Amino acid sequence: MNRTLYDKLVDAHKVCDLPDGDMLIYVDFHIMNEYTSPQAFSGLDAKRLGVWRPEAHLAVVDHVNATRSREPHDAASKLLIDNLEENCTKHGIAFYGLGDRRQGIEHVVVPEQGLVAPGMLIACGDSHTTTYGAFGALGFGIGTSEVEHVLATQTLRYKRMKTMRVTVEGDTAPGVTAKDIIMKVVQVVGAGGANGYAVEFAGSAIRGLDMAGRMTVCNMAVELGARAALIAADEITEAALKGHPHSGQFEFKGESWVSDPEAVFDEEFTISGADIEPLITWGTSPDQSVPITANVPSALDYVSPKAKAALERSLQYMGLTEGQSAQSIKIDTAFIGSCTNSRIEDLREAAKILEGRQVAEGVKAIVVPGSAMTRIKAEAEGLRGIFETAGFEWRPEAGCSMCLAMNDDIAMDGERVASSTNRNFEGRQGRGARTHLMSPAMVAAAAVSGHLADVRDFK
Amino acid sequence: MKDKQMTKTIKGIAAPLPLTNVDTDVIMPKRFLITITREGLADGTFADLRFDNVGQQRPEFILNNAPWTQATILVVGDNFGCGSSREHAVWGMRQLEIDACIGTGFAGIFYDNARKNGLALPVVSPETRDALLQFASNTSGAEISIDLDSRTITAGEISVPFEMDDATRTSLIRGRDDTLDSLEHAGAIRDFEAGLDGRMRVSVIK
Repeated sequence: MNRTLYDKLVDAHKVCDLPDGDMLIYVDFHIMNEYTSPQAFSGLDAKRLGVWRPEAHLAVVDHVNATRSREPHDAASKLLIDNLEENCTKHGIAFYGLGDRRQGIEHVVVPEQGLVAPGMLIACGDSHTTTYGAFGALGFGIGTSEVEHVLATQTLRYKRMKTMRVTVEGDTAPGVTAKDIIMKVVQVVGAGGANGYAVEFAGSAIRGLDMAGRMTVCNMAVELGARAALIAADEITEAALKGHPHSGQFEFKGESWVSDPEAVFDEEFTISGADIEPLITWGTSPDQSVPITANVPSALDYVSPKAKAALERSLQYMGLTEGQSAQSIKIDTAFIGSCTNSRIEDLREAAKILEGRQVAEGVKAIVVPGSAMTRIKAEAEGLRGIFETAGFEWRPEAGCSMCLAMNDDIAMDGERVASSTNRNFEGRQGRGARTHLMSPAMVAAAAVSGHLADVRDFK
Repeated sequence: MKDKQMTKTIKGIAAPLPLTNVDTDVIMPKRFLITITREGLADGTFADLRFDNVGQQRPEFILNNAPWTQATILVVGDNFGCGSSREHAVWGMRQLEIDACIGTGFAGIFYDNARKNGLALPVVSPETRDALLQFASNTSGAEISIDLDSRTITAGEISVPFEMDDATRTSLIRGRDDTLDSLEHAGAIRDFEAGLDGRMRVSVIK
């Protein structure tokens, strides 16, 4: 046999072919949040349709809620949160709202509840749904019209993607994390380099990652344009399926959820694990990154006038000088959170740097655990004390918070943030806000240094 | 819900927007997303490019300048629509009366959202895109025409083919509702579910 893992997943979920080349695929599990679903429910109402299979959906509040306290910070966000709960009650859909111990960022909550398993197809109105590829499941983000479509039919109209394999071979050096691996991949393949592709990650550096690391890699694969990211299921995956509230409920047999040895991919990239250093982004696209030991690019590094113009625009927005050293970039804020890096493993890595150290004067430092369960676990392990002693603000509630600033955690015009998140777009963390992406340990290193810093200098 | 009108040709003034990697945060900043309806998003569309911090129009932004204030087609940079899945970006563009974006490639979720809302995204080669950028910049008030039937773009002397998959093209021309269309396959969906042996059906409510 010579099928890729991606093709096996698509084949296993195909309901029927449609005219003109699309197919209907079956969605095993669908997740919703409060900001991309309201218009889907009102679409159902307008068409007088019901929900096809209510028990196959889960709604979680995460994008707009405050994390300083359980109370919504304003009337508009309360409206979105209440609207989701009303829609779920009306249609009999499970809802994890504020104050629920299962609440948190959707892509943190689903694995910790045991609601993902190899071979599943999972859709969600959020681009970072690629996260579930870490389990050998096909996960991808959809728009609100498609949310309506899944609610009404339990299927999606789908076109098979081309396939790409990114192999990261060889051990990475100490201090290099899953975040650095995926930031390196984004740098090499480019921000739109995988548009139209489903990407499988392979190689010893990927297989060597724990599930949290694999989720970080698949999560940010959308930043290279991948509509799906996959890692073959193995014994690490199997072990991670056990011990959660819904563990054992799903068993997807009939296939081994790996690519066949003879499978051919439409595109291949190979990266040496040994060549990856801790990275930081300097610009306004996730592929604009350099090693922490290097300098911000200068016009001399580019040939085309278009590239020089793009550099100039990014540097101007970011308030940087061409050629300045990465470690000379002073920060105002350090943020640890998001569906990319707010799991217990991420908090432990950051805490190792913070133990016995202090956040630099003038730096505001915030940590938002990815879920209520993550927070409770972290508090039981004593991590909260380490963060708070170092000068971090430990948020009592979970959510996306300053990753996309849809709640009241909004960076100010010109505010420079070292951030464990996934996007450094213009305005992402607030109008005029300047985001530098990096691993959670690197955010901790920057917080105590007052400027971007090399995590390898912290013993 | 009624089917929309058949659209075969899209014609209008085109504005050049050559920035690469224009993401959906830039197309529709988050402060406009705190809403439960699809309406009222025209002002939010490209808000930080169109307006400064005190709400004044930025004179340097193309859509603030005649004749491009009347533009219904954009010629855009690579990887337009990347980032967040927010369909609000497409709703806002439609409310700003944008009918098409011509580019070299679009992010996947944005592409699918566009199709659902009658926003055409013809894909052309980098050379063609650059020629169309030039045309849109230099030719005051001249129109570009996009023929979905023959998959051809016409702009003055330029006449070039574009790529668009068949399903998207049919959907744009017919303007049908995908949800209602797919429910015509309810029997096939039930058959598929009946055959889900060896896999337990997901239930969150347990």
